[in-house]
Amino acid sequence: MARYTRYDVHRQTGFTTIAFSCFVLLYMPIILLVIYSFNAGSSIAIWEGFSWRWYQSAWQNEQVQEATVRSLIIALWASAVSTSVAVMAALATTRTRKFRGQSVVFALINQPLMVPEIVTAVALLIFFAGIKVATGYTGLFYLILAHSAFCIPFAYLPIRARLQGMDLTLEQAAADLYATPFQVFRRITLPQLWPGILAGAMLAFVISLDDVVITEFVKSAGQDTLPTYMLGQLRRVVTPEINAISTALLSISILMVIAFTVLSKMKK
Amino acid sequence: MCVTVAISARKLRKVYPGQPPVVALEEATIDILENEFFTLLGPSGCGKTTLLRLIAGFEHPTEGTLTMHGEDLLALPPHKRPVNTVFQNYALFPHLTVAQNIAFGLEMLGKSRAEITRTVDEMMELVKMTQMADRQTGQISGGQQQRVALARALAPKPKVLLLDEPLSALDFKLRKDMQLELKRLQTETGITFIFVTHDQEEALAMSDRIAVMSAGTIRQVGGPRDIYDQPAERFVADFIGDTNFLPAEITAFEGDSIQTRLSSGKTVKARGHADVKQKGKVTLAIRPEHASLASEDEGLLAGTLGEIVYFGTDTHYHIALDDGTGFVVRRQNQPEIKAAYASGQRIGVRFGDDVAQVLRD
Repeated sequence: MARYTRYDVHRQTGFTTIAFSCFVLLYMPIILLVIYSFNAGSSIAIWEGFSWRWYQSAWQNEQVQEATVRSLIIALWASAVSTSVAVMAALATTRTRKFRGQSVVFALINQPLMVPEIVTAVALLIFFAGIKVATGYTGLFYLILAHSAFCIPFAYLPIRARLQGMDLTLEQAAADLYATPFQVFRRITLPQLWPGILAGAMLAFVISLDDVVITEFVKSAGQDTLPTYMLGQLRRVVTPEINAISTALLSISILMVIAFTVLSKMKK
Repeated sequence: MCVTVAISARKLRKVYPGQPPVVALEEATIDILENEFFTLLGPSGCGKTTLLRLIAGFEHPTEGTLTMHGEDLLALPPHKRPVNTVFQNYALFPHLTVAQNIAFGLEMLGKSRAEITRTVDEMMELVKMTQMADRQTGQISGGQQQRVALARALAPKPKVLLLDEPLSALDFKLRKDMQLELKRLQTETGITFIFVTHDQEEALAMSDRIAVMSAGTIRQVGGPRDIYDQPAERFVADFIGDTNFLPAEITAFEGDSIQTRLSSGKTVKARGHADVKQKGKVTLAIRPEHASLASEDEGLLAGTLGEIVYFGTDTHYHIALDDGTGFVVRRQNQPEIKAAYASGQRIGVRFGDDVAQVLRD
């Protein structure tokens, strides 16, 4: 054991310093943002004492309320739709023999991870604009559809990982015990898959909740979500209210990530 | 007892596509009888598991036919075949309790609540797991998981039970117990067991009949005694138990006996399967415990005694014969017998008429 310690990365000169600075650089701005959300004054840079003032103000702001509700509706729908599609895609890509072009299919499913978001955003803008003109419908449906699309790979990856880690003989055993293919899925595959599905759904939810670029391009007038509302506010007066909203979003995300980690580590 | 064929395979062939294609099973033709404990025995990769999976329906053969009581099995998907499998890794459903695992097959068959409860109780009784009914499958030992897997597969009362090396994950002592247990279950239930193993001792101890397989081919089918005492070919003789191989020459056929001349020039009668008909050079197989030591002049073969290995119940005498082949004689140890032989001395080997087996080339 001792012989190898000199290869241990901890022993490299300056390792601790570099690691420490990285974490400071990463998290210092966020910590500052959280601290100033409790500022009693209306500056986001000068500390004037502790208060819940900006949380109250955000809570009572009707525009924030509307944007929050809208964000949640879109995120819920988008995670539901993308998770359902992801489950089917994951089943189709793991419960089959290897086929030609399988890697192309993977690439296509994961395409939103690779294609620059701005490209997708512009493409959707043009595409939906045509439909909007033709049908006259300008509801939330477009945003839900767009969010569902880019959330699919985020839901797909944990579900597929879970399916691949599953013991295939369990499904064979069920078939051997007279379960039809649907019963196998319903009674064996699905219960085993639940942690993966929940993890995928939550990841999709968080991803949808904080999207700016695609939302900004696709939304119709008066369809601000929380992130686009905040972006809009930044162009005008910046008060710690923005910090308060951000901190609330951050808390939700942290809770989701913790839940995601717990679920994906759940005993198989 | 009338003998009915339960499973009948005709020229069953399985080739896995690839570069080059892998032939997992080569023209397997076999009849497995009702109420029989039938074992598929062979080294890993010999096709025994493939044959089992073809019967269960997890694989589809490239060619050939497979019937069960005259009904075409190949037309049925796995969930419609009246066979159940005990998997090597047990494949218990981890999200269900012991009792729920055992009930699964019955539920899928749409049995009534009352019948399911009764059968599950019966099965848990049979494998002595009644106290464990509400345990999660992760909370019980390997031996207990094995019993649950067995109960789960037996509960729907299949006509044929397939067992894929079910004892290989158990430790020695438990394996011995389970061998007896399985044999008991088979006798009590009267279900045809098709048992896959690479353990020849296990096969000999449990089976009514054994099919020895190698390289995708069935080499010999017979009862444990037939397989052990009268191996048809070198692979079978070598795979099952320890065997001495001797070069010899067939000089004459006398009824069921075959007259052979050994390398020492002495002659001895041997046995052989009916398809051994040609005179000429052959190989004889002799089990170490069927030969005995003699003085150099009295023996059929002579040589020099090498290592003497003491095993407690018996002692192995390794002999270098004068023709260059090695030979082992196994002698059971008796309290009154003292070691009368010394390594390095000249010695003879003797065995009776109709003890040696002529092998097919």
